[in-house]
Amino acid sequence: MTDQAQHAPAATPKPAAPARAKGGSLLGLGRKDFMLLLFVAALILFAPFLLNPFPAGSAMAQFNAGYPDLMQRFVIFGIFAIGFNILFGLTGYLSFGHAAFLGVGSYAGIWMMKLLTLNVIPAIVASVVVAGLFSLVVGFISLRRSGIYFSILTLAFAMMSYALAYSVLTPITGGETGLQLKYFDPRVLDAPLEAGVTPRANLFGIDMQASTNMRFGAWIFTLNAGYYIAGVVMLIAFYLSIRLFRSPFGMMLRAVKSNQNRLNYTGISPKPYTLAAFVISGMYAGLAGGLLVAMDTQVGAERMFWTASGEVVLMTILGGAGTLIGPVLGSGFIKYFENIVSKINESTLNAWFSFLPDGLQDVVVAIIYPFVGKGWHLTLGLLFMAVVIFLPGGLVQGGQKLVTVFRRDRKSADAEKAAAEQRQTQE
Amino acid sequence: MTKSNFTRRGVLKTGATAGAGLAVPTVFTGAVWADGHTGFTNAPQGDTVTLGFNVPQSGPYADEGADELRAFELAVEHLNGEGDGGMLQTFSEKNLDGTGILGKKVAFVTGDTQTKSDAARASARSMIEKDGAIMVSGGSSSGVAVAVQALCQEAGIIFMAGLTHSNDTTGKDKKANGFRHFFNSYMSGAALAPILAAQYGEDRKAYHLTADYNWGYTTQEAVQSSTEAMGWETVNSVLTPLTQTDFSSYIAPVLQSDADILVLNHYGGNMVNSLTNAVQFGLRDREVNGKKFEIVVPLYSELMARGAGENIAGILGSQNWDWKLENELGERYSGTNAFVKSFGEKYGFPPSQAAHTCYVQTLLYADAVTRAGSFNPCAVAEALEGFEFDGLGNGPTLYRADDHQCFKDVVVVRGKESPENEFDLVEIVEVTPADQVTYEPDHPQFAGGSLGECNPGA
Repeated sequence: MTDQAQHAPAATPKPAAPARAKGGSLLGLGRKDFMLLLFVAALILFAPFLLNPFPAGSAMAQFNAGYPDLMQRFVIFGIFAIGFNILFGLTGYLSFGHAAFLGVGSYAGIWMMKLLTLNVIPAIVASVVVAGLFSLVVGFISLRRSGIYFSILTLAFAMMSYALAYSVLTPITGGETGLQLKYFDPRVLDAPLEAGVTPRANLFGIDMQASTNMRFGAWIFTLNAGYYIAGVVMLIAFYLSIRLFRSPFGMMLRAVKSNQNRLNYTGISPKPYTLAAFVISGMYAGLAGGLLVAMDTQVGAERMFWTASGEVVLMTILGGAGTLIGPVLGSGFIKYFENIVSKINESTLNAWFSFLPDGLQDVVVAIIYPFVGKGWHLTLGLLFMAVVIFLPGGLVQGGQKLVTVFRRDRKSADAEKAAAEQRQTQE
Repeated sequence: MTKSNFTRRGVLKTGATAGAGLAVPTVFTGAVWADGHTGFTNAPQGDTVTLGFNVPQSGPYADEGADELRAFELAVEHLNGEGDGGMLQTFSEKNLDGTGILGKKVAFVTGDTQTKSDAARASARSMIEKDGAIMVSGGSSSGVAVAVQALCQEAGIIFMAGLTHSNDTTGKDKKANGFRHFFNSYMSGAALAPILAAQYGEDRKAYHLTADYNWGYTTQEAVQSSTEAMGWETVNSVLTPLTQTDFSSYIAPVLQSDADILVLNHYGGNMVNSLTNAVQFGLRDREVNGKKFEIVVPLYSELMARGAGENIAGILGSQNWDWKLENELGERYSGTNAFVKSFGEKYGFPPSQAAHTCYVQTLLYADAVTRAGSFNPCAVAEALEGFEFDGLGNGPTLYRADDHQCFKDVVVVRGKESPENEFDLVEIVEVTPADQVTYEPDHPQFAGGSLGECNPGA
């Protein structure tokens, strides 16, 4: 521990390092992890500003992502991916059906809001509990197999849940139309609403949709109550995941990933560990599902479709499976593409390139157009391929590479060493 | 021991930070707030107004979505005084003069619903929260329409539904801020039944195959009750999974039954596949009880007809509108030709009914704003409620105040035996007048919802 503490300041030359960190652990975290937690906390706190770098009304405002809905999605899918990473990143079990737990959590959440109260706390608790129980059942059966068979089993369960929700269980799930809150729902803990009043989710009276706009000249920043509540939940989820990664339990899960046979020979049954990891990650998915409902009081069966399960796999791999922050970055990346790049249409492009001569403008727009708007899947696919081929460790690895390039010190890899020495001689 | 080290730089830094901090509160007050709101969500600032067009650009209904988007672009062009003005010339109201809406130039943003309610809501929320859209339109499935309509109600903006046919949109899920021009399952049933009885006789036995989701249920219910009122008997009704692509196992039992009519309550790819299977099984050449076996498809669309190819020949169904209406049935459907002309000139082919309803919805919204003199959703809703208009291609039409549904004639069509080109696949059999498809607002098929109060938002 002391050894680590002596080396750490050299790696991060931040003067802000709290003196207490040297003494051991903060919140049970090592110094590096604590800094990471602080970093994530700062990201969450300042996201409304960081994500709106362009003044409203300017041509670049298209790329602003700092509006409540998308910020909420960033943190909620961040939670989903963090949970998925506990299973996939640590044990190596690739679940292709995690969206089912998200969906089950959502349905549980909205039923709590229909039957009990519009306060989001019971809804979120119910989402986690119900998703946990469901994942216990699915995990108990699916974990009898490993590898591709496990993936297929989870996929089958998820598609089964989707089909049930879409048609068979229509009275409970609302089928294709999904479930929404109605003014006449029997909320036993709340006073009845007047006919036609729109029910709104709240946290002890704070409306999830309540927003304040801050204006600095041409810039507009939106601070949203629901986003910060979801952000706090994500911070807690992130903290728990760090603790889990660093715990002996986490070590056991890594042992399952590296060599399950060896574990078996040593007389340790990996099943309880993998099942526990599966249930924990199912509960994370349920938490994300509950928060989705709390932020936007509607559930549709599509969120259990296999593409939704595939998406969380992409998020985790894109960000960096097995790393702490990777899944969060990956989910932000994908949601950004889905919501921002998909909305660039032909007329937007024409407006951007209107400074070019007519013929050239058409050519440029014709080249770019297939990759934006409805073509966002194509761009995302290409980027995903590039990441998997060149950065098998995901965006996190990309970040580390960047850091080494810029730092160019003796600690860097050999290729960089030459550059660093060259630079030193020049100085 | 304390050691204070004030440096010049440190003092300056602290001073600057404190100064900025003190200045912050003044930034929030005064003029910056005053122009932000005038009592409703996304009140248009400056000289433009933004509309949100939320259509499926990927997924099973991407073709419909693309056509809807074309129509929206055309409508915006006409509102801004570009192009030939299209239906603005034939519209019974003459408030729109090509200067945008209330003198503000119309801008628009587009989004991809992916035909998923979650994605559609995310896309609509970004239009409202980020782009400041004052109205959202589009959609080509009822699940999406219901989800986005509820969102618009919550956010306090107007939703002008695109292609959505389920009864629920203006039935149990109706909302004060939502309006539908397209017709619905009940109207399909009511329009088809008399013509089915006239064409195929009143003593028929029908077998229903129904897509297993909300739209399928409401359509099946509507067609069944309307045809049973005409004297038909319903032999059986079977639900088919939405993801089904091979319907052989569902068609085979039809051959075993004594049914002489097959009703396919399917849409999109489902319908293309089930119809193809039915024709392959020789149902069209079959005779039961001495009568020729017939197939009925309650909701027709040009794009589906194209997918089903020659199998569509001779099969009856209903449509909201058809681009040949004015040519074949005359003056009553004026506006049709004007729209087909400007659409055709811009894109090179005739518009689908999805394109038509989206174009009309945009014009109706612009007109309602102009008549109300305000973008306030409550004022707009009031202007649309009980509004009677003509010249938009469907003949005289009423926007009923009780449920925000349009009432107009329904077109009954039949697949052409020998189509001349890929855009002329159906022929108009008859038009069922509006009063035959009108129902009470509290009709059992629509019961269980409430419009609620109109919501102008923040």
